[in-house]
Amino acid sequence: MFPLLIAMALAGCGGDLSTLDPAGPAARDVARLWWAMLAGSTVLFALVMALFTLVMLKPEAGCRWTPRSWIVGGGIVMPVPILAVLLIFAFAQGERHLPWRGEHNPVRIEARAHMWFWEFHYLDYPEAEPTIGVMHMPAWYEVDVIATSNNVIHGFWVPRLGGKVDAIPGHETVVRLFADDPGTFGGICVEYCGRGHASMTFRAEAHTPADFYAAIGVSGEGRK
Amino acid sequence: MKENPPSIALRLHRELTEAWSPKPGLGRLAAVNHSVIGLRFMVTAGVFFAIGGVLAMLIRAQLATAASPFMDEGLYAQVFTMHGTIMMFLFAIPLIEGFAIYLLPKLLGARDLAFPRLGAYGYWCYLFGGLMLLAALAAGVAPESGWFMYTPLSSGTHSPGINADVWLLGVTFVEISAVCAAVELIVSILKIRSPGMSLGRMPIFAWYMLVVGAMMLFAFPPLILGSILLELERAFDLPFFDPERGGDPLLWQHLFWLFGHPEVYIIFLPAAGVLSTLIPVFASQPLMGYRAVVVAIVSMAFLSFGLWVHHMYMVGISHLAMAFFSAASALVAVPTAIQIFAWLATLAHGRPRFTVPMLYVFGFFFVFVIGGLTGVMLAMMPFDKQAHDTHFVVAHFHYVLIGGFVFPMLAGLYYWLPHISGRFPVHHLSKPAFWLIFIGFNATFLVMHFTGLLGMPRRVHAYAADSGWEIYNLISSVGGFVMTIGFALVLIDIISQFRYGRGFRRNPWKATTLDWAMPTPPSLYNFASLPHIDCRADMMEPDRIGNELAAGRGYLGFVREGRMETLAVSMASGRLEQVVQLPNDTWLPLWTALATASFFIAMLAKLYWVLPFSVAAVVILFLLWTEKSARTSDAGPLPVGLGASAVPHTEAPNAPSWWAMLLTLAADGTLYASLLFGGLFLWTSAPGWPSAALPEISLALSVFAAAALVAAGALGVVAARHAGAAPRGMLMASATAYGLAMFFLMWMAFSGTPDRMGHALSAVCFVVLCYVAVHAALGAVFALYGAWRVHRGYVSAQRALDLRIGRLWHLYTAISGVLGLAFVRVLIALGSGGDAL
Repeated sequence: MFPLLIAMALAGCGGDLSTLDPAGPAARDVARLWWAMLAGSTVLFALVMALFTLVMLKPEAGCRWTPRSWIVGGGIVMPVPILAVLLIFAFAQGERHLPWRGEHNPVRIEARAHMWFWEFHYLDYPEAEPTIGVMHMPAWYEVDVIATSNNVIHGFWVPRLGGKVDAIPGHETVVRLFADDPGTFGGICVEYCGRGHASMTFRAEAHTPADFYAAIGVSGEGRK
Repeated sequence: MKENPPSIALRLHRELTEAWSPKPGLGRLAAVNHSVIGLRFMVTAGVFFAIGGVLAMLIRAQLATAASPFMDEGLYAQVFTMHGTIMMFLFAIPLIEGFAIYLLPKLLGARDLAFPRLGAYGYWCYLFGGLMLLAALAAGVAPESGWFMYTPLSSGTHSPGINADVWLLGVTFVEISAVCAAVELIVSILKIRSPGMSLGRMPIFAWYMLVVGAMMLFAFPPLILGSILLELERAFDLPFFDPERGGDPLLWQHLFWLFGHPEVYIIFLPAAGVLSTLIPVFASQPLMGYRAVVVAIVSMAFLSFGLWVHHMYMVGISHLAMAFFSAASALVAVPTAIQIFAWLATLAHGRPRFTVPMLYVFGFFFVFVIGGLTGVMLAMMPFDKQAHDTHFVVAHFHYVLIGGFVFPMLAGLYYWLPHISGRFPVHHLSKPAFWLIFIGFNATFLVMHFTGLLGMPRRVHAYAADSGWEIYNLISSVGGFVMTIGFALVLIDIISQFRYGRGFRRNPWKATTLDWAMPTPPSLYNFASLPHIDCRADMMEPDRIGNELAAGRGYLGFVREGRMETLAVSMASGRLEQVVQLPNDTWLPLWTALATASFFIAMLAKLYWVLPFSVAAVVILFLLWTEKSARTSDAGPLPVGLGASAVPHTEAPNAPSWWAMLLTLAADGTLYASLLFGGLFLWTSAPGWPSAALPEISLALSVFAAAALVAAGALGVVAARHAGAAPRGMLMASATAYGLAMFFLMWMAFSGTPDRMGHALSAVCFVVLCYVAVHAALGAVFALYGAWRVHRGYVSAQRALDLRIGRLWHLYTAISGVLGLAFVRVLIALGSGGDAL
């Protein structure tokens, strides 16, 4: 089964909604984390299964280690350092992709979830018309998506660019996206929201800055 | 002429069988014996598993192709919601309950559990609640908002039909059964053991179930509270989760996951207990690291209550707070690993045998370890930000639930089926059945990790044909059908073992626990006499002990006046303490369950005028349960065999029923704490606070109510201390004080919160005041009933159990009542933005 899976994986990682076909740094970091964790998990799984096979077929071999060695070694000494390293690494990675204001002034777009479509408002450009089903964003710039809803909970997700965030009535949640290059990326609603849930898809279109202004219908004069 | 052992054994068997004889015919519905109730739970759970499995096959049939016309969105939503709801609430927990109810007395050297009638009542509540949900499914009005029923989708605005009410009421009905089981299991494990079995000598399975019982006691109340609040919102428009009126959808999520996370460990731990019991038998080596395992499972229990937010990484909580939950979620891998390596050490130091149960143990190791590893992955927040709500999570939880629960329980099934049926299998279906399940399961769910990472979300009935997901979904669906064939073979295997299996002499697995020290299939009374334990209960010699006990050479090797008896011991040391007189078969649990059902059905049908009658019926019926234990004179210590004597439980200070009340109050207190913290949460998190319209709760009335509660409680407490002096007057005065308190509280609740349908602040104050009022009402019931029992002569200084149980209630009501009255004032002050200070 494993060779089949590996073959499938190498062949079919791509896709408009694939987290394994990243188009931005947040998604790329997570994809790398995934491959590292997959490798580590495979090793740990193989170890446990090897030990199980060993003790079932040749218990005399396992008898050499005292019960305390087994339990303390396998139950504490092995997992704790691995988990600690993983946690620190993951925390640092999470911090890097938080929607903080830093030197960058992110472009802010509000994603309003309706039943059952997405409506995007370009908060930094009040004269721009809201768009439905398509989110225009500039490539090469931080974009903060502010997700809201006035009906039920929805989930905003563009897998190739970054993580998801829930759109919760009464709250505003933020996720930071960054597209490495212009392109079109698939987006979906990812929290069950009723009958139209499966059809609540959208596109995120990353443009060069000039094309971005054109797409949302504002003049590009005097802007970065 | 002295009787020889075989004829003693025969005579004893006949007398015990006569005392334990069940009512025939329809009277079987009145059974309370733990073996009967346990089997009923397990068989019913098996039926629900089959139904849930069919629903799963419908899901797989739908998803096998990209845009399948098989089911539309609405029907599909009902199917996936019911699949999850049935598997989690109507299969997993009841199977555990039934299994523990059936097995624990046999492992602990007892003749029954502490509260046979409570077990029977719990079964009927489970059955009726489950039937409610199934009826809705058959009628096409099953819940359809996902098994975790997030608001506002499940609120009245967006789910106007009765579907969501069916979930809230049906599941709460089943939860009552779970809380009853938790109380019964905890008290039985702590008190109803063979003399000499200290806590440190208990079989490890008893430790697991003790921990699980405690987890159930504290985990279910938040869900029950959440369900009550949501049902109040839907039925009476009290806004707890509506952000336009000071509520917050996140309150539901916190309450649900406070339950939901411990729930999955509640499901895993008993299965781990089965493994800790079986693996030593098949290694011919007692469990290594018994103490380490006990420490590990206790720490898992505590840890599991600190992880719930990892289901909510997407809701905008601060990164630092989430880091804490991420670390805790990863940390829980450590006590899990300790158990796994304890099992490996046991096998390494033993002589492992290959049997059918061990096949399932292999299946557990393979599947659960994968599930645990993906669980650690999901605990890492950046990864979860991509994988949450995709099929990766679906794959993960099926790996841990099927690997960590279904496989060990199947191992346990094959292990204990000879015990239950008295027959050993002859056909060779078991191994092919296992491989079909194992291969089918992995085919279904291993690819699913990948499907999720390719972006396929949960709960979609169709997906784009060009998404690239179709081939993987097809593989999963084919795998699902293979797995189903495997389960069908297991069912055939079980049936054929009952019909065609061969008999065997005692103890075919060469186990070293007490459950094999009895004839198989077991008699309803388990042991002809009860053993004295002087070593760890998983290092015994069932063959030798079995013969001795059958010949009456233990405690209670006789029948006293036709009564069914077992022994109670002190909790830690296992020293003999009480003789527990077990109840006969009775229809009362069934009637009480029907009365409880009438409450839930009336709520569902919106026939609110029926509710007071239902409540009254339930209270009266529960009070009737105490009729049989009424005695008009002290019996004093009774001989129990082996030269020892013990008082009957009705005259003991630490009777099981007293502990039951204490534990029930612990659950009640957890529900109350959830309510109070919920109110504070809304103040911090919900939009629309401070509120414009404030409740007007009179300070004078609050003080009067508090004083009345304290007086009522104090009178009840003093009455219990002076039980021998026929304290009728004090109890009547207590009841009167409760009546006054109730009047004040209801006045404040209804007239003091005119805006309760307009803002959550008023709604929370209203619910808190009603909660205290309900407790005051029940306090009056306890006081009046106590006075009546005194009047009939059933109470003495020795036989003070009624009043001592009432005392616990009085203390709780007084303290929680004063706390509630203070809390309401604090919340109003906070919720006014400081104006009302």
